[in-house]
Amino acid sequence: MRFTVRRLLNMLFVLWAVSVLTFLIFMVMPGGGDEQAALRIAGRNANEAQVQTVKKEWGLDDPIYAQYADMMKKVFTGDLISYVNQVNVREEIVRGIPRTASLVIGAGIIWLFFGVVFGVLSAVYAGRFTDRALNVLALVGISLPVFWVGLVLLYYLTDRIALFPPGGYTELGDDPVDWAYHLILPWFALSILFIGFYSRVLRSNVLDISSEDYVRTARAKGLSERRILIRHTLRNALIPIVTLFGLDFGAALGGGAILTESVFGLQGVGQYAAESIGRLDLPPIMGVVLFGAFFIVLLNAIVDILYAFLDPRIRLQ
Amino acid sequence: MSTPGPATGIAKGERLLRVEDLEVAFTTEEGVVQAVDGVSFELSAGEVLAVVGESGSGKSVTAMTLMGLTRSPNARFSGTAHYKDQELVNASEDELRRVRGAEIAMIFQDPMTSLNPVLKIGDQIAEQIQEHQALPDAQARERTIELLERVGIPRARDRLDSYPFEFSGGMRQRVMIALALSCDPSVLIADEPTTALDVTIQAQILQRIHELREETGAGVILVTHDLGVVADIADRIAVMYAGRIIEEGTLDQIFYDPQHPYTWGLLGSITRVDKPRPERLPAIRGLPPSLANRPEGCHFRPRCPHEFPKCTEVPPLESRVEGQPNHRDRCWLPVDEKREKREVRPGEIGLPDKEEAPAA
Repeated sequence: MRFTVRRLLNMLFVLWAVSVLTFLIFMVMPGGGDEQAALRIAGRNANEAQVQTVKKEWGLDDPIYAQYADMMKKVFTGDLISYVNQVNVREEIVRGIPRTASLVIGAGIIWLFFGVVFGVLSAVYAGRFTDRALNVLALVGISLPVFWVGLVLLYYLTDRIALFPPGGYTELGDDPVDWAYHLILPWFALSILFIGFYSRVLRSNVLDISSEDYVRTARAKGLSERRILIRHTLRNALIPIVTLFGLDFGAALGGGAILTESVFGLQGVGQYAAESIGRLDLPPIMGVVLFGAFFIVLLNAIVDILYAFLDPRIRLQ
Repeated sequence: MSTPGPATGIAKGERLLRVEDLEVAFTTEEGVVQAVDGVSFELSAGEVLAVVGESGSGKSVTAMTLMGLTRSPNARFSGTAHYKDQELVNASEDELRRVRGAEIAMIFQDPMTSLNPVLKIGDQIAEQIQEHQALPDAQARERTIELLERVGIPRARDRLDSYPFEFSGGMRQRVMIALALSCDPSVLIADEPTTALDVTIQAQILQRIHELREETGAGVILVTHDLGVVADIADRIAVMYAGRIIEEGTLDQIFYDPQHPYTWGLLGSITRVDKPRPERLPAIRGLPPSLANRPEGCHFRPRCPHEFPKCTEVPPLESRVEGQPNHRDRCWLPVDEKREKREVRPGEIGLPDKEEAPAA
């Protein structure tokens, strides 16, 4: 319990540090004084009046700490707006969250499941045909870029054969079947890399743990191979997978699935980030960075707390 | 006695294990490593057999092979090992599983790594009990508490839910012993059970093993490189060198009338605290041979100060001392010559005087 509280406090500190870094990177480091900062925030095609508005709204004449406070106030009160199209950043992100979450949660379940299944199969049949075949598949999966897989899937399965819809998104609440129908290809495209990666990592973990003394002890106890694998080997080999999953899942949820979202036109947080970067539209980029950082740090903290449950040695430190 | 059942009431002196001509070889990148080469021995109920040798002499591989723990795609086995009527070397995994833990149990060298770090110790012991006996959880738990108390873990009831990392090395080894004893095995194999522990704990652990032998009547195979440990509790000793047993006999035979020059060397390298300290610690010259490339004939030949031409032939393990059929060795030297040549004498280095020795 004390561990959990300490970990959460630690998480708040990291978030604060991220916000300071974001502020420094966007507002201070490029240099050029308040005039330049105002130009950057206002966007490429801003006129003089807009620049002056930005300067005033962001308090760019004030000392640095006041500028930071202004920025954070905007982020928290939802006053952060894009000056390019006058759209409120928070509203855009909130609109994207269910889309991104649908994509990432679904894909996360898929990649975790198949990653674990393939990894265990690979380890159990190490050196034999199953292992070699899965190894090739994993390497192919890891090597294929998401944008290519996505486009190929779209071309063959929606354009040539109209098996799936050509991108887009339906609300889960409106029509669950259509929701899943729209997401099958994106789930697959996003999962494929992680499945390959996780199965490789798990395979080597399982093989490492298999040579541990306590697995030999388990065998000397007369347990079945199945029980040894599940209760003794996997129980330990899956611990690092939890870390990986937490981080990857957090990053994707925080807008890291930029390519998948863009290829399939899901209009999630990632695609919003991609479009804002394309326009060099600073306030949305800032918002998405903080949003993403929040999920990565949050999942990190959850992983650490989970760890304490999975590995009793951490609990008492 | 036709099928190995729960080992209740082992008759004293009943033969439990008979190993004949056991060979274990591993194919490695450096070639074929002949880890165990024609090892034969027997173990009776209530007896402690110490298997002594340097690292790499094949003593652990021999012990683990009895439980099928050395099986791997690159391992080759020949010979037989019988536990009662069950053959072990060629047994199926299912047959072995019924023997492992229930009939033959093993205590491993390193208690720090031999317990699963993420499972409670009570569960690790109960798991073994329930694998071999249909016991409800509550009863398995009671039995576990009993076992932990028996090996001298204080407040056993409270420690059931502790994890291995909450125990010291000595306590973990006690847990390992409790685990090994949980199904009343007839044979207990202890593979260097005290090597990783400090000296005071060593004595306690050995004492426990000794007492448990008395209480349960199990046969014990004690694998060790420490002749001090052996002197405390062994009934018989088998000395291994480069995969072979080179001498075998009772504690007295090995300590007071050692026949093989390697055994002399081993005994000679024990230092004694009750005698003046030698200038240099005595050691056997040279290094043990690589098991992938062993010398022809007697394996000890290149290091032996008494080598003569006959040594290029493999000496059989047989009784050479008159009137002592159970004292066997693999050395061609005539017994009289050995007794004259061996430098190790009672009362000098390593060996206590016969008179001082505790009654065996």
